[in-house]
Amino acid sequence: MLDIEKNVLTSKDFESNQEIRWCPGCGDFAILKQLQNVLPTLGIPKENFVMVSGIGCSSRLPYYMNTYGMHTIHGRATAVATGLKLSRPDLSVWIITGDGDALSIGGNHLIHLLRRDIDVNILLFNNQIYGLTKGQFSPVSEQNKITKSSPNGTTDKPFNTLSLALGAGASFVARSLDREAKHLQEVLKSSHEYTGASFVEIYQNCHIFNDGAFDKYTDRKTRKNNVIFLEQNKPLIFGENNEFGIVLDGYKPKIVALDVNNSINNLFIHDKNDKLKAQILSNFSEFGLPEVFGVIYENSILKKLNTDFQSLENDTNAINLLISGNNSWRVL
Amino acid sequence: MNDIVEKQKVVIKFAGDSGDGMQLVGNQFTYNTAHLGHDLATFPDFPAEIRAPQGTLAGVSGFQIHFGSVEIDTPGDVYDVLVVMNAAALKNNIKSTNSDTIIIADISGFDSKNLKLAGHLADDKPLDEIKEKVKVVYEIDITKLTSIALAESSIDAKDKDRCKNMFALGVVYWLYERDLDETIQYINEKFSKNSSLKDANILTLQKGFHFGETTEIFHNRFHVLKAKQQKGNYRGINGNEALGIALICAGAKSNLPLYFSTYPITPASDILHFLAKKEKEYHIKVFQAEDEISAISSAIGASFGGSLAVCSTSGPGMALKTEALGLAVSMELPLVVCNIQRAGPSTGMPTKTEQTDLLQAVYGRNGEAPLPVLAASSPSDCFYMTYEACRIAIEHMTPVILLSDLFLANGTEPWLYPKFEDLKPINNKKINSTQQEVFLPFSRDENLVRNWAIPGTKNLEHRIGGIEKQQDTGSVSYDGDNHQKMIQIRAEKVNKIAQFIPNQDVELGEKTGDIAIVGWGSTYGSIRTVTKELLNEDKSIAHIHIKYLHPFPSNLKELLSGYKKVLVAEINNGQLVKLIREQFLIDAIPFNQIKGQPIKVSDLKSEILKQLEEC
Repeated sequence: MLDIEKNVLTSKDFESNQEIRWCPGCGDFAILKQLQNVLPTLGIPKENFVMVSGIGCSSRLPYYMNTYGMHTIHGRATAVATGLKLSRPDLSVWIITGDGDALSIGGNHLIHLLRRDIDVNILLFNNQIYGLTKGQFSPVSEQNKITKSSPNGTTDKPFNTLSLALGAGASFVARSLDREAKHLQEVLKSSHEYTGASFVEIYQNCHIFNDGAFDKYTDRKTRKNNVIFLEQNKPLIFGENNEFGIVLDGYKPKIVALDVNNSINNLFIHDKNDKLKAQILSNFSEFGLPEVFGVIYENSILKKLNTDFQSLENDTNAINLLISGNNSWRVL
Repeated sequence: MNDIVEKQKVVIKFAGDSGDGMQLVGNQFTYNTAHLGHDLATFPDFPAEIRAPQGTLAGVSGFQIHFGSVEIDTPGDVYDVLVVMNAAALKNNIKSTNSDTIIIADISGFDSKNLKLAGHLADDKPLDEIKEKVKVVYEIDITKLTSIALAESSIDAKDKDRCKNMFALGVVYWLYERDLDETIQYINEKFSKNSSLKDANILTLQKGFHFGETTEIFHNRFHVLKAKQQKGNYRGINGNEALGIALICAGAKSNLPLYFSTYPITPASDILHFLAKKEKEYHIKVFQAEDEISAISSAIGASFGGSLAVCSTSGPGMALKTEALGLAVSMELPLVVCNIQRAGPSTGMPTKTEQTDLLQAVYGRNGEAPLPVLAASSPSDCFYMTYEACRIAIEHMTPVILLSDLFLANGTEPWLYPKFEDLKPINNKKINSTQQEVFLPFSRDENLVRNWAIPGTKNLEHRIGGIEKQQDTGSVSYDGDNHQKMIQIRAEKVNKIAQFIPNQDVELGEKTGDIAIVGWGSTYGSIRTVTKELLNEDKSIAHIHIKYLHPFPSNLKELLSGYKKVLVAEINNGQLVKLIREQFLIDAIPFNQIKGQPIKVSDLKSEILKQLEEC
């Protein structure tokens, strides 16, 4: 890539002149900031980035990035980005979407994009609520949640987002949080570096309609007991003083106290290339275990991109052959 | 010796069960006919089900061909020859016979089982009953004769039975003095990997031909002269293939890569099949999407990226695409959506033709979302109008809807094809730089067309979306005055396209007179045939066929005002007639026939005569 560009670009270059219309204090600001911090460091000319979004609060993001961008229609960012990337493999395409946009109205396109492994980065801002339509439950809102559209509590079960992605055949699955700036930056970089569909779920606080949904992962007092940050080839450890670990009992993950009976060597070792382990990790919350963050799965098979796509301007003979077909005749 | 009867034009219908190979026989007869220099039109007519219950009325598959030494505009209303392989095929086709029709029937298809499947009683004798209406019925045991012919063949009984279509073709070839070589060559190629099947098919074809020659049951053979055709190079073409070829041509002419995305739907899927076959050779991207919405959404993405983006679909799919079409209108990106119409509403009749999506194309979106609408009028015209749809989309930065229909999609005609070099140039609106200090994606030229700045172009980074845009800058704007202005600009931009399309011509007849028959799309042939007949009868009549339906050609109102009466003939419940009445305040009269088939020439003719009497 162009070294000059790399040195010159700063996060300022990625700020557009548009007034940002998110509610003050929204988690989206933090994600925007990290994106603006990371993109200049990737060695890609600014004009080769495209942000594609659907509808919802998060989907306004392209307007605030001084790159090429499309703010499309509800649920279709994944489909729009698919066509863009298939026709322009040279571009760095980022899908900006939310839990309603990607998992509800756009669920079909999401799973098919993952299945096709289109080389784009999907940033799913998950606030577990519909914000822009003012506070209805989303397909990832917890059961019994009271919202404007569920005054008696929701009866629907939520999706397990990461399991859904893995089930659809996602080849790169990661999770981060709006309030973990450094972690988020690292995850964004990894998703960019990966060739194939990168699925990144970002827990994002909506302090208007669902404030505190992720406090237990962000609050200083509780986070250490509720969060495991994954690192490749490292054991799963958590707790105020790293005093707990996870072991695998068969396929079942369990919490153990690290003491004379449980050494660090017996713990669940994270291997992002192991899909079975990734599936177990994606279900941690269902086992009552801490939530995992980081790159949960990454398919290690190298892929080749198809670039056999071009205009035919000068190939007159081939086109005339197409027009005439192979069964023509002459009238004299 | 049989008498040779000269014929100016002939309608032949091959009809049998879906599994009887009638489409193959029809196509072979068509190519043979075309190569002999006759003009022709065909109409394949088959059930929606892949293998509808054998022997039933629902399972009848037919192929109709009309050819002659004169200009042929429709597949014809009444058969000169009807070949029926079973009782159901006869029952389905009786309505298009008259006393001069020659029927060739495979009597094995009229046994008690087949009679029952066709809804007859066991002692019904449909072949005797038909003789009360039709003078000549040849009853031949085609199935048995085929089986005898193939007694020595090593293929199994089922495959032998399937050769009977070749026997029927052989008989018809004999009746029309045809040569077998071309079809033998075709069979050689088709079965090049299975010599026993190849030999069996060729032998059966020859036996059919010899049967005609040696038995003395046939009274006449028929001779049809060559048509007076314009000199040049011809090929046979159906509408869907013409459409696919046009897309590749338009991409090459405009210097844009072609991105084609679609979701399988009858009767549009053959466009997908055609382009998928050409994908590698012509460097196009063919994307079979997960649904109709994804097909158009991905096309919008490809268009933003600088491709000629195209979708094909049919009515139900068109309904699913409406939201995204609105987005393309709002973003002002080039996009072509080809709607191969079929009978609706809802799933309707997927393998029957109709022209019922015109108002949907012109008006069917939320908000004020105008876009150009074009329609093809014959199989080969699908090439020219698709090319035009692409030209308008690219040069005017707008989505365009192209209307075709099942009848055009599957119908075949000879095509005096053009050379790529002779096609109109198409200039795309891409830019590499701007004189503006800050790039204004929605600044416009004198035709209100904006520029196309594609990702990867330095200094032209910009954002577009479905939210209302501020004039010039394209920034989000909820300002009322700006919104009204933008609505007017988008409408005016589409209206201005009228300056870049041909003036409306009169197809046949004078520019003034008693009555103008106005049509669009696949009614072309029926209307032309009627008009010719009535002009020969010295009536004051003209045929006007509209290919640019939105905006209309600039001279259309003035042209239509020159007739005492305007009759609009459509395969719908009155749609173009509404547009004409609404836009021109002309008291146009509707003629509507919505039976899943082309308009019957005789029905249209009697309506016109009635209208002329009242003139």
